[in-house]
Formats: sequence, structure tokens, C-alpha cells
Amino acid sequence: MGYNPEKPMEGRLTDLGPPHYEQFMPPIIKENKGKWLWHEILQPGVLMHKSETGDEVYTVRVGSPRLMTLVHVREICDIADAHCGGYLRFTTRNNIEFMVDSKDKVQPLLDDLASRGSKFPVGGTGAGITNIVHTQGWIHCHTPATDASGPVKAVMDDLFEYFTSMKMPAQVRIALACCLNMCGAVHASDIAILGIHRKPPMIDNKRITGVCELPLAVASCPLGAVKPAKTEVDGQEIKTVKVTVERCMFCGNCYTMCPAMPLADPEGDGIAILVGGKISNARSAPKFSKLVIPFLPNTPPRWPETVGAIRKIVEAYAKDARKYERVGEWAERIGWERFFEKCDIPFTEKSIDDYRLAYNTWRTTTQFKFTSHIK
Amino acid sequence: MAKHETPMLDQLESGPWPSFVSDLKAMAKIKPEVYDILGQLELSYEDRITHWKHGGIVGVFGYGGGIVGRYSDVPERFPGVEHFHTLRVAQPASKYYSTENLRKLADLWQKHGSGVTNFHGSTGDIILLGARTEALEPFFWDLTHEMGQDLGGSGSNLRTPACCLGQSRCEWACYDTQETCYHLTLHYQDEIHRPAFPYKFKFKFSGCPNDCVAAIARSDVSVIGTWRDEIRIDQAAVKEYIAGNYPSNGGAHSGRDWGKFDIKKEVIDLCPTECMWMEGGELKIDDTECTRCMHCINVMPRALRPGADQGATILVGAKAPILEGAQMSTLMIPFMKIEKENEFEELIEFIEKIWDWWMEVGKNRERVGESMQRVGLPTFIKIMGLDPIPQMIRIPRENPYVFWGEEEVPGGFDRDIDEFRARHAA
Ligand code: HEM
Ligand code: HEM
Ligand code: HEM
Ligand code: SF4
Ligand code: SF4
Ligand code: SF4
Ligand code: SF4
Repeated sequence: MGYNPEKPMEGRLTDLGPPHYEQFMPPIIKENKGKWLWHEILQPGVLMHKSETGDEVYTVRVGSPRLMTLVHVREICDIADAHCGGYLRFTTRNNIEFMVDSKDKVQPLLDDLASRGSKFPVGGTGAGITNIVHTQGWIHCHTPATDASGPVKAVMDDLFEYFTSMKMPAQVRIALACCLNMCGAVHASDIAILGIHRKPPMIDNKRITGVCELPLAVASCPLGAVKPAKTEVDGQEIKTVKVTVERCMFCGNCYTMCPAMPLADPEGDGIAILVGGKISNARSAPKFSKLVIPFLPNTPPRWPETVGAIRKIVEAYAKDARKYERVGEWAERIGWERFFEKCDIPFTEKSIDDYRLAYNTWRTTTQFKFTSHIK
Repeated sequence: MAKHETPMLDQLESGPWPSFVSDLKAMAKIKPEVYDILGQLELSYEDRITHWKHGGIVGVFGYGGGIVGRYSDVPERFPGVEHFHTLRVAQPASKYYSTENLRKLADLWQKHGSGVTNFHGSTGDIILLGARTEALEPFFWDLTHEMGQDLGGSGSNLRTPACCLGQSRCEWACYDTQETCYHLTLHYQDEIHRPAFPYKFKFKFSGCPNDCVAAIARSDVSVIGTWRDEIRIDQAAVKEYIAGNYPSNGGAHSGRDWGKFDIKKEVIDLCPTECMWMEGGELKIDDTECTRCMHCINVMPRALRPGADQGATILVGAKAPILEGAQMSTLMIPFMKIEKENEFEELIEFIEKIWDWWMEVGKNRERVGESMQRVGLPTFIKIMGLDPIPQMIRIPRENPYVFWGEEEVPGGFDRDIDEFRARHAA
């Protein structure tokens, strides 16, 4: 029967919520839930978990572009049907996990994955670089300052050797958000790629009446840069807003509330790089990422400036950090002045905080290092 | 809808990482409107700017969330993506799937939409990208009737909760993150589907302080597993690590020669509380000093396990930098038992106490972490009916500007200036 537009409310079902997770867990997982004793990464991308029942589950972790079509989803299902009894899972970081209940099933699975070209790269475990968590970008969103899937593909192509190996000092988590809204929650990543705008919004006076609630647009600005104003359109006085440009931090909040205030721009928009965040509580507390490169241009299709900057950071870190040390822990141990030097990143005043609570980030001690910054 | 020239996107078909462009091209053979997605994206690559219009309110009847409206700003060139709305479908806990379920969902999406998806969106939902307005109700009907599944949240409401894989496949999980997530998601369907909050609200559930779903950085209520007894030590396995027979960190560092495992350098010296030592060939831990950071357990998973008296630490108020700056969640409840037996009663009570207050005082688009900042932590603690404890702060305040209440000072604030002057000349 299906939906009947004549009687939209008839037979309607709502508030079902997600399906119960248990029906989707492979038998080996269901039987051993809560009984796992330890795990070991046998090779990059292959994990073994040992249960107190003696059972073992072997997991093969595979990268994915997150943006995928049904063609890809069905191929994933084909693989899971052939090797995993029809079950699979996705990780928080957009990897696919294929699980089998004995060791001899691992190699045939790996062989199958390898036979499918570059579609199913195995890796993303341990002290390496796993998949990038990211947002929508130009494929779907209206506020992005950069694309998401394109830069992610370019960066992962470049860092691929670290996805398939475990030779970093610790895991390196990269995230991309295509605007300051940070749907992608990049603010606590080892390396964050963040789309930023650099031009204040334009006011579309011809459109503003009707599409905007002016008080909301005014209230949306965290810096009070949007003010009510009046102007003339076609000889008629209308109510509108104006933007105090010196106050604008290009966050796009006003545009979110008011479609007549677009701010995206090919020259204005680009990417900032933030580093040194972490989530896990291991050793040191979770930390936010810090802005070290204020701007790199949008250069599709492969964003070479961004790719190059990230590789430089990754390599300096890999060479210099101690075992277990996350990027942020390394930077704090050697000092941020040394970080800029070792990563060959020019220091600019843009890395000096002048937003709220900025003072917390200024140096109030006589302890510093004589790096090349001191002339 | 014909194929467009896409020289820049074609470039992204090369390289070792799986290519979304090749995948989209394969999809376009089944659903030709996907050629228009490729075409419009190529145009964005040329112009270096998005070609999507600002939102537009679309949805299914009775729900205030779950669908994000999207329209092309060049529909005459790319009619196939004139409407390109997103649907968020609630994901099963920990994102396990049967292929049967995924194939059914794929068929539905092929029928009603573009065939393009995200597995998954950052909040955790399955994201289906690209439906026309008139396809929304029919899709929702089929989703609920044929699959028994539902949309997730968007807008100023409870967002689809998410959890780590927890006890299903991780030995460190200190409570059942899946069951907790599932139970609360069902319990709060109304809050998920009908925006009634000042702004979005998120719960996330991680089974241990490694926090694999980044709860502490991105959820208004972060439930992070922990324990309150002793780390369980298998001394025989400690010896195997020392002898180099077990790989450190579960093999996570096996790609490089880091030298022989050195328990002092790699475990004892990196313990942030310096509460570990070797004695008579055995590893000792002063568990009363341990802050349960997970480092030693991560490094020696076969020798060390979280304690057996398990529960979770509850933290409140994380948010992204917009608007006041980023916040991590702040510790409110050091230890709470998280148990199905009482239907997570204690946790639910805690959450609803926050909502009762926040729905009243929260300003439009103010996350609860910002409301907390605005009123101050001492006030928030009082509202929550909690006792102030040093575990709630990193350091005591560094200024003496205490807002003493009148009732706290003997005699109150009312004094007689004449009486004062009688004893103190002006
Ligand atoms: C020392 C720190 C960490 C250790 C030892 C660690 C360990 C692990 C382990 C063993 C797993 C696999 C769980 C399993 O499949 O059985 C895992 C999964 C994961 N970890 Fe961590 N982790 C750490 C920190 C982090 C951090 C900081 C993040 C994110 C910011 C993170 C994100 C994840 C994610 C997304 C997964 C996949 C979870 C899933 O499959 O849903 N981990 N981690
Ligand atoms: C002012 C703040 C924000 C605005 C205006 C905003 C706006 C949006 C918009 C328009 C979308 C739809 C993108 C698309 O599919 O076209 C979106 C998606 C999303 N947002 Fe936000 N957002 C904001 C903050 C956040 C924050 C703080 C988070 C997370 C903690 C978040 C999480 C998400 C997630 C998970 C998605 C799904 C998209 C994806 O996974 O790529 N958003 N947001
Ligand atoms: C409202 C707040 C404060 C007032 C009214 C105040 C007032 C004073 C006054 C009048 C003196 C001179 C005392 C004397 O020699 O007769 C003094 C000295 C001093 N104050 Fe404060 N003060 C305040 C806050 C602080 C704070 C917050 C700090 C430090 C964090 C501070 C640090 C000092 C120091 C170091 C001295 C010198 C003490 C010495 O002689 O060794 N004061 N303050
Ligand atoms: S981060 Fe910004 S641009 Fe990217 S999807 Fe979210 S709201 Fe859109
Ligand atoms: S972009 Fe942000 S800071 Fe600038 S006017 Fe708009 S809301 Fe204010
Ligand atoms: S948060 Fe802890 S319990 Fe959950 S998957 Fe990560 S390591 Fe395991
Ligand atoms: S969990 Fe952390 S604090 Fe506790 S003993 Fe281990 S390393 Fe030390």
C-alpha cells in the first residue's frame, strides 16, 4: 500500500527509534559481550579480541570515504555475506569492520578485499593515521568555506602509507570541518582541517524583507557586529541590518539565521590548520586543538598547500616525538616555539589569541626557548 | 539528465584512497540525477564556492527534526539536484548491521532518493543525501512500515545519542554503552523528534576514559565509564611484557622498532599520578592515587584490566567553539552505577533535572554549557542539588571575588550607618 497523500495521518507510525542493536550483532559478538579479556592488533587493520570463553573474534578494519552510494553499500554487504555471516559494523571514524570467528577466515577476507582495487583499504589501527572524520562541504551544505570529501581524499591519498602501517609515536586523529560550526567537532583532534571565511557577510537588501527575522539576525552575532538599520530599495524605505566590519570574526552565524547575509567567497574562503588536541584521558587530560596555520587557499581538486602542510607536521612529529606521545603532548614537551620551528611553520600574530579568555594562552613566565624566532 | 564534463573531479579517481567520485559515477548509471551532483560539485570546484541554497523548512508531519532542507542555486543547469534534502535515519547502537537490513534500506533509498549516503554523519545517524520534497513522506512511510525504523534528530532538540562499541567488543567497557544508549534513545523519542529546547542537546556514551566517541568534547551530557576499586593485575602477564613476549599497546606500535619494552620508561614513568612501582618483580599500583587515565591498561592489555566495581563518570556541557568558545564537559558526578536493572533511573533523573532548569533559563541557541558559564558553576551545582566537591574543578579559584549571600554572613547586610558613625568618625 504505501503512503497515501489523501490520508496522511492514517496508519502513521512515529517514534519507533532505532532498531534494537542486538539483532545486528554477529553470533560471536553476541555470545561474548561483556566477556572480552584482551585484544591484540595482529597486523595493520587486523584486530583479535580474546574472550574468557576462549572464543576469538578477528576484525578487519577497512577505510571508507564516508560519502558513499548504494553501489558501495551493496558491495560491502556482498563481502559481509561471503565472509562474515551477513554482519558488519561501522566505527565512529567511518571505517568499516568485517568480523570473523576464526583465524583461518581472515586471509580469504583480506584477499577478497585486496582483489577489489582501491575500494577497501585495510588499516586504521594502532599508532597510525586512521580515517578522517569530516562533514559535508560542497556536496551538500550551504555554509561551507571549503569542500570536505575532496580535501579528505587528497590528504588520505598522501598519508596512505600511515593508514596501512603503525609506525607513528601514537595514533594521529585528523578531522575536517568545513566551517566554524564544526559539525565535525574537529576542536579536539591531533590535526584539524577547518574551513574558514575571511570576508564579512554581504547584505542582500532586495531579499532581506520576508526571508529574515531581523531581531534574530541581530541576536545571532556573538560579537554584536550586526545592527538594525534602514535603507531604500526601489524608492521604498525598508528595515535591514548593517555589519560593523571591524568586529566581524567571519563565523557565519548571521547567515545561518538570515539567508540574505551570504559570506562565502572564492578568495576569502580557505582552510586553517589546528593541531594538538586529544580526547582520550590517557596520561594527560583531553585538550583542544590550537591554531598554527591561519589560512591556506582553496585549491581544488587536490588542495596541495593543505596536503603539504599536514605532511610536514606529521613527519616532524613522527621523527621527534616519543613513544605514546600524542601530537599535543609532544608540542607541550618541546614547547610551542619549538613546534613551529620543527614543523617549519611561520609564526604569525594570527596564532595569538585575542578572543574571549585569550589571556589564559599568553606566556606569563620567564621560561622560553631561544629558537630562530628570537632575532 | 546527462553526464557533465568533470575534469577536476576525475582527478580524484586516482590515488590509493577509495574515491567517492568513482562511486558516484557508478551510482549515476542507476540514478541519472547523480550526474547532476557530480556536475554541480565540479562547478563548485571551478568556482571555489558552494552552490547550495540556504536551508528551507521541510520535514515529515509531526516531526521537527530529522530532515535538513537543501536546494540547488543553479537548478536550471542541474535539475536533478533542484531539491536535495538530507534525511537522518537513527542508527543502531554501535553501528552493527545485518546485510539484510542494509540491503533493504538501500532499496528504499534507491526508490525514494538519490542513492547517495553518509555512513555515518558526525552525530552518528545514517545520512541519506538527496531527496525531493514530495519523496519525504513516502520514504518515511516505508521506513517506518517496512523496516520499523525511524528518523534521527536535528534542530533544537535532543540529537540522536551515540555510543562506542562498549562491551560488545571492547574489554575496557565499564558499563553497557549500547543498552544505555538504546534505552535512553527510546525513552526520549519525543525530545528527539520535536524541538522544545533552547538549542541542541547531546548525550554520548563511552565505555572507558579512552572516550572513543569523543563524549567529553561534544556532548552536553558525557557518560564515560570508570571504576572505583583496584586495577586487576595479572602478574604473570606483566612478566611476559617485561620479557618482550607480549607486544606493547596491543601491538599498536609494531610498525617501528622502538627497542625492547621498558616497563619503567613506558608505563611507570608515564603514569600521571606516579602511583606505580616495581617490587620483588611485581608491578604495584597504589590504586587510591590512580586517576584511571587508562595509559597503563592501554599499554599492557593482557596484564591489566579496569577494576570490577564499574560505573561511569558524568560530565556536563561540552560544545563546539560557536559561540562563546569551545568547552569540554565539566565533571559533575564522579561515579554513578549505570544499570539496566533500575532502567537507568539515576541517570535519567540527573538529565531531567538539567532539562527542567535549562528549558526555563536557557536563551535561544544557548548550549547548556554556556548557560552553566553564564550562571556560574556554584549556582549550577546548587540547582542540580549536588554537594560541591574538589573533583569538580581543576584548581581552586585564583581570585577572592566570592559572591557571599546575605544569609551566609552573621547579621546579614542590613546595618545602621548612624550606629557605625557613633564609633567611627568620618
Ligand atoms: C591511548 C588512547 C587510546 C587507546 C589505547 C584507544 C584504544 C582503542 C581501541 C583498542 C579501540 C578498538 C576498540 C575495539 O575495536 O575493540 C579503539 C577504537 C576507537 N577509538 Fe580509541 N583509543 C584511544 C584513544 C582514542 C581517541 C583519543 C579517540 C578519538 C578521539 C579514539 C577513537 C576511537 C574510535 C573512533 C574507535 C572506534 C570506535 C568504534 O569502533 O566505534 N580513541 N580505541
Ligand atoms: C551554529 C552552529 C551550527 C550550525 C548553524 C550548523 C548547521 C548545520 C547544517 C546546515 C548542517 C547540514 C549540513 C548538510 O547536510 O547540508 C549541519 C549538519 C550537521 N551538524 Fe551542524 N551546525 C552547527 C553546529 C553544529 C555542531 C556544534 C555540531 C556538533 C556537535 C553539529 C553537528 C552536525 C552534524 C553531525 C551534522 C551532520 C552533517 C555531517 O555529518 O556531515 N553542528 N549542521
Ligand atoms: C581587590 C583586591 C586587592 C586589593 C584591594 C589589594 C590591595 C593591596 C594593597 C593595599 C597592598 C599594599 C599593602 C601594603 O603594603 O600596605 C597590596 C600588596 C600586595 N598585593 Fe594586593 N590587593 C588585591 C589583590 C591582590 C591579588 C589578587 C594579588 C595577587 C594575586 C595581590 C598581590 C599583592 C602583593 C604581592 C602585594 C605585595 C605584598 C608584599 O608587600 O609582599 N593583591 N595589595
Ligand atoms: S561544518 Fe559547517 S559547512 Fe560543514 S556541514 Fe557543518 S554547517 Fe555545513
Ligand atoms: S559572520 Fe559572525 S561575526 Fe560576522 S557579522 Fe555574522 S555573526 Fe557577526
Ligand atoms: S571508549 Fe573505551 S570502552 Fe569504548 S571502545 Fe573505546 S576503549 Fe573501548
Ligand atoms: S590508569 Fe593511569 S593513573 Fe592509573 S595507574 Fe595506570 S597510568 Fe597511573
